[in-house]
Amino acid sequence: MIASYHPTLSEYLAHNPGVEGHGPWPRVHLVTDTWLALISRLPLSRWDLLAEWADGDKVMAAIRDDSDGAVAVLSLTTQDGRFPSLSHGWPSASRLERTIADLSGLTADSLGDTRPWLDHGTWPVQHPLGAATAHKPGALPLPYAFLPVDSEGTHQIPVGPVHAGIIEPGHFRFTCFGEAVVRLEDRLGYTHKGTETLMAGADLERAARLAGRISGDSTVAYALAFARAVEAATGTVIPPRAHWVRAVMAEMERIANHFGDIGAICNDVAFSLMHAHCGWLRERVLQAAAACFGHRLMMDRVVPGGVSCDLDDAGTQRLRDLVRQLRPRFEELVTLYDSTPSLQSRMLTAGVVQPEWVRQWGTGGFVGRATGRSFDARRSPGYEPYSQLDFTVPVRNEGDVNARVMIRIDEVHQSLSLIERLLQAMPPGPIHTAIVSADAPNSGNRHGEGVALVEGFRGDVFVSVRLNANGTIARCHLRDPSWFQWPLLMAAIKDCVVADFPLCNKSFNCSYSGPDL
Amino acid sequence: MLKLLLGSLLRRPPTLRTPVADPSAQEALERRLETRERPCLGRSLAIRQVDAGSCNGCELEIHALNNVVYDLERFGIRFVASPRHADALLVTGPVTTNMREALKRTYDATPDPKWVVAVGDCAVDGGVFRGSYAVTDGVANTIPVDLHLPGCPPAPEPLLSGLLALLEAGAEKTRD
Ligand code: SF4
Repeated sequence: MIASYHPTLSEYLAHNPGVEGHGPWPRVHLVTDTWLALISRLPLSRWDLLAEWADGDKVMAAIRDDSDGAVAVLSLTTQDGRFPSLSHGWPSASRLERTIADLSGLTADSLGDTRPWLDHGTWPVQHPLGAATAHKPGALPLPYAFLPVDSEGTHQIPVGPVHAGIIEPGHFRFTCFGEAVVRLEDRLGYTHKGTETLMAGADLERAARLAGRISGDSTVAYALAFARAVEAATGTVIPPRAHWVRAVMAEMERIANHFGDIGAICNDVAFSLMHAHCGWLRERVLQAAAACFGHRLMMDRVVPGGVSCDLDDAGTQRLRDLVRQLRPRFEELVTLYDSTPSLQSRMLTAGVVQPEWVRQWGTGGFVGRATGRSFDARRSPGYEPYSQLDFTVPVRNEGDVNARVMIRIDEVHQSLSLIERLLQAMPPGPIHTAIVSADAPNSGNRHGEGVALVEGFRGDVFVSVRLNANGTIARCHLRDPSWFQWPLLMAAIKDCVVADFPLCNKSFNCSYSGPDL
Repeated sequence: MLKLLLGSLLRRPPTLRTPVADPSAQEALERRLETRERPCLGRSLAIRQVDAGSCNGCELEIHALNNVVYDLERFGIRFVASPRHADALLVTGPVTTNMREALKRTYDATPDPKWVVAVGDCAVDGGVFRGSYAVTDGVANTIPVDLHLPGCPPAPEPLLSGLLALLEAGAEKTRD
């Protein structure tokens, strides 16, 4: 068979002019035929779906071409509130389109699964981002039609939404044959707070606070993605130093979370020594964050236009000392991890993720990188200051719990040295510049729409904003990396024993609040 | 592993010195006890944490209470897996409409007498999410709350002081 030529995303879109005022990547408005033609290309392409959301009567899809890293946003005006589903090319679109139906009331034609996703029937409105019609909520959440299981000898274990530990709420429905898991299905949406609706009409300050509370563990990543999207939408160039201070915070958030995760994963196989030590390392990072930036999780420190607090000389010294102290301690723990066979025996070959899955779902973060997908948003599409720094993206191929731990270990090393270099080469100067709204005099050539892709500790966070002329938010959509990780956890646990679920779950450490919005 | 254990033995423990019970929390609890009976729980407290729709920031800091620095268990306070084993519920989040029923049922499953502590600005009054169609603006709109510990998120040290106040309020009767 002769391999046919497949155009890149940029080549494919070359004849469609981009919409005015969208940055930093083009937004191309398609007609239904082109949208359909695009869907037919998906199985042959290496294009990943970054996000799909609705804005008014339009449906939007952000796409990244994995062959060259090009990103584009596609939009389509829906006809009578309907649009052709993308779920046949990208299985990951299914939940996104169910969410679009819940929040905006636009329906995807030929979507296989039309069960409500975030809407549990308890809201006083329907389609809050669309027509927002009043609705009498039920006294109890609506029952959910879990996928049927048709075989003799299986039993079900329902778990949640209130779990046994200090974790976020969600429901898991295990179908088991003896000890083996035949199917696991998740039902989420319990933490839905209507954040995108709160954002509509909000000023930038309030919207940034909300963005930083989509998923608290990734507050820096979200605030950064939101700020970058606003800056792209307004054509704002921020002072160089702000990029560097942002990166220091982002890397601190990454190591703090990785320490927490490594300890928690080991704790789930009853190796609490590791948990205790990692917990302390994490605590030291948070204490340093509080000392340098005035908040342990560094909430509200990254703002549109720059950062809200500078790193002074004492802070720089404190962070240098921190890195110097953490390194040998962490090294000891890595040696301990490597030389404890009882740990390895539980982690190796547990919860294996297949390479096709991460490709199909466009899964990022340590889940993707532990299964051979090297994507890291700091690299591609890349952003300041990482484009000026030399670093490698660790990748492994085994796809098991151990690989996800090892990726985190490598990333901690990487981030420690990144922090050192960031502190070393940080340029002096201002840390903030004002965002000028389009209706201000001399606003110049402002865009109005912007998107951003930022690498959080868990994976890539995508944010899109459309601004009103007065600078408030018209529409903001935030896509958590866990949208594309949860379904893989469900698949990876198949045929494992039930007792391996907590371990696998921890190794994914998906966010609930992030995708629940 | 031996080296690591030995090192831990020889180094100074990183544990925080016992903080004092939060006076404002003590006051709030005394006021509250004018209208409710005093749970007589002695000097230990079993806590069931319920996330009623938080952003997970509050969970991170509650988790930190268990680390070696704050070491909650040295005070006789520990987290339990079931509401049936709990003396107190520690609730975070603005209480989403989707979590409201689960929170009510968890409350009902907790044996009397029990404390309810609302942790974080969201749990106090909805915080940044106040007014959304999908939240109910704080824990007190669903179940009675004995103590509010505000903050976004509250840092572990004030959390610990608040819980110590709660511990003392429950131990009071035993001392009489
Ligand atoms: S109080 Fe703050 S940290 Fe806690 S759940 Fe609410 S937004 Fe998150």
